[in-house]
Amino acid sequence: MCLAIPGQIVEVVPGAVAGAVVEVVGVRRRIDLGLLLDDMPVAGDWVLIHVGFAMSKISENDAREQMELLRMLGECEAAVEEVAGYGLGDEDDGRGQAS
Amino acid sequence: MSTVITHTPPRVRFKDPQIEMAHGAGGKASRRLVEGLIAPILLGAGGALSDAAQVTIGGTRLGITTDSFVVTPLRFPGGSIGELAVNGTVNDLAVSGVRAEVLVTTFVLEAGLPSAVLEAEVRAMADAAARAGVRIVGGDTKVVEHGLADQMYLTTTGIGSPLAGVTLDPGSVREGDVILLSGPVGDHGITILLARGDLDLEADLTSDTRSVLPMVEALVGAAGPRIRWMRDPTRGGAATSLNELARDCRCGILIREDDVPVHDGVRGACELLGLDPLHIANEGQFLAVIAPQDAAAALRAVQAVPGGEGARLIGEVTLQPAGTVLAMTPYGASRVVDMLVGDPLPRIC
Amino acid sequence: MKYVDEFRDPRLIRRASDEVRRLADPARHYRLMEVCGGHTHAIYRFGLKDLLPDNIELIHGPGCPVCVLPMGRIDDGLAIAARADVIFAAFGDMMRVPGTTGSPLEHKARGMDVRIVYSPLDALKLAQANPGKHVLFFAIGFETTAPSTALTLLRAKALGVSNFSVFCNHVTIVPAIRAILDSPDMRLDGFIGPGHVSTVIGCRPYEWIAQNERKPIVVSGFEPLDILQSVVMLLEQLHAGEARVENQYKRVVPWEGNRAALRAMAEVFELRPYFEWRGMGFISQSALRVRDSFAQWDAEQRFDVPGVRVTDPKAAQCGEVLKGVLKPAQCKLFGRECTPEHPIGALMVSSEGSCAAYYNYEHRKSLAMAGLDAHD
Repeated sequence: MCLAIPGQIVEVVPGAVAGAVVEVVGVRRRIDLGLLLDDMPVAGDWVLIHVGFAMSKISENDAREQMELLRMLGECEAAVEEVAGYGLGDEDDGRGQAS
Repeated sequence: MSTVITHTPPRVRFKDPQIEMAHGAGGKASRRLVEGLIAPILLGAGGALSDAAQVTIGGTRLGITTDSFVVTPLRFPGGSIGELAVNGTVNDLAVSGVRAEVLVTTFVLEAGLPSAVLEAEVRAMADAAARAGVRIVGGDTKVVEHGLADQMYLTTTGIGSPLAGVTLDPGSVREGDVILLSGPVGDHGITILLARGDLDLEADLTSDTRSVLPMVEALVGAAGPRIRWMRDPTRGGAATSLNELARDCRCGILIREDDVPVHDGVRGACELLGLDPLHIANEGQFLAVIAPQDAAAALRAVQAVPGGEGARLIGEVTLQPAGTVLAMTPYGASRVVDMLVGDPLPRIC
Repeated sequence: MKYVDEFRDPRLIRRASDEVRRLADPARHYRLMEVCGGHTHAIYRFGLKDLLPDNIELIHGPGCPVCVLPMGRIDDGLAIAARADVIFAAFGDMMRVPGTTGSPLEHKARGMDVRIVYSPLDALKLAQANPGKHVLFFAIGFETTAPSTALTLLRAKALGVSNFSVFCNHVTIVPAIRAILDSPDMRLDGFIGPGHVSTVIGCRPYEWIAQNERKPIVVSGFEPLDILQSVVMLLEQLHAGEARVENQYKRVVPWEGNRAALRAMAEVFELRPYFEWRGMGFISQSALRVRDSFAQWDAEQRFDVPGVRVTDPKAAQCGEVLKGVLKPAQCKLFGRECTPEHPIGALMVSSEGSCAAYYNYEHRKSLAMAGLDAHD
């Protein structure tokens, strides 16, 4: 319902109203930081932008963790299939299935 | 092997009670107006409409077209209304396989327009005409009361001679034919959107306004009679031109989304504003359908022209789904690329 | 494009799609609702249906603020804007939405001063730049957008801009989900939860869905990998017999939401006792109004609002589509009387309404696959 996309803070603009210039793939716009007063971003931070406001700081760590999870998706399955392909799975008649 | 695709564009009826802005935006509504109201009365029943008409006068074959130009602001990064007015008509002829030879022009001027603004645009027209190799041989001026026009409107009408060895015919489009795009899409439309200033966005973008004739000539040199169709994707963008092709030829069009070149600034603005680069206007690009055996040579020829480096083969003609443009994602999913209903509007949802 | 391109990685998308297929039990049919119109749009734009097995059915929820807005509200806004001194400012999304006398864009073509703004702050700037005019900002949106309007009103008050008002149509998502779950013909297995709303309200407001309704809900991002991963997480919960609120979109959504945004909303808005949702009827405590302390900037308090009520034609089955009882193409009007160009029902109105999204991205494909020509 709400189009919001990541942009990087190029510059925090000093003044009475908290603002910043963000860049989204070569496009720059002045945005408002009034919704991030509790956790003000600094230049270089990535924020989620919606209707000219920064809604949320984007967490590099959480993004990285998510990518790791995504890279692992299906990997276990692939490994299991590989093992089965060697015929090793047949040796185990269900006894050693601790997981 | 390939199947000939029949060329019977469906009938359109115009039932809208009044003219709305969407009728000028180059998408579905524009098409309905022209094909449902204007063409049936003025041109009678006929085949699909193209960017220019070809007529024979006194035994000589000529191409002719006309176009009007309305743009705010008059000047924008990379060009101005005067330049657009020359290139636009030259390009409409070029993609019809015609080299523009002469232009005539009409100026509709709003009382109060600074003379310096007008002079700058007249000079821009002269420069663009010199670059495009076309002569401006006549014109007319009209002045309307202040408030009855937005500064100035331009109309140009161009006449030229057909390029040797090209016979464009949407009826010759076949399954397996290849679609060539001359360069990145959306530069002009996004440049204008940003230049209006309402959205407060900035990007290092310039309009792509230019004559595409040199690239078309290179393409003709490489693929000549096996170029089936050409179009310059102006208002309504590449999506609209491809939908017209799909509809007129009753064929399917499959484009590979990742092969469509898009400049960063265009992509950024489209992501921010919820727009599709395929719907954004271009003023210096063209699309062509070419027989597959000529595609590689055609691409090399266009890429060898200065300014043609960004050309790509973006997709192909299919039998099904007829009348529809599909974009394939690199991960094997597809979506329908529809024509736009009106102007692309920024969205927040 | 950082935080976008990596979540569109083709190889990982194919793997995630394989994982969904592996997890989906062929003996079961899964009905998952994506609450948010942004997800609906993304599902079609990225062709995600092609990546899911047939027994995973995605049902498009009520999270499109344009779609659920009753036509009467548009008439009301345009009635105020018909005054000679008013500039009507709204997001581009509103511009083609028809009222009974036409859309804002059609009114503009007939002479009304209508402006498209990207931000509510731009509407405020417009007011400052046009002191002789009154700028009416037609506010729409869920909790993602409401804080921006709130902050804009706080600014207007601080700056003493008196020629500016908001016609408030902000709605809240949780009561709409409740209305859907309360509907007797509803049968859903789980929810793809709204990502951007949750940056503001956090994940706690969904806990009742898990605890009381025993439905899993995964707050999800909007890229292809986000949505596929959310489907994987939902399937895992369903297979384990669990019903929890999970946050797939941690990189953006804090569990507790955005306190500064919630404060701004609380200062400026209060809940309406009830509000009409197009296609769903009246839902109690489902929308926001401007508090009396901001009456000067509230168009509904400042102007005479006609309070127009327009009922959709009975034949439009928006409610059934919203609840997932019918698919868009099963509505009697779909694609015939009701098209994106001439929308009759709510869900055809905005490009992220489920009918419009289906029409634009899927309809012709499915027709063509069935050997029909979409233009006949």
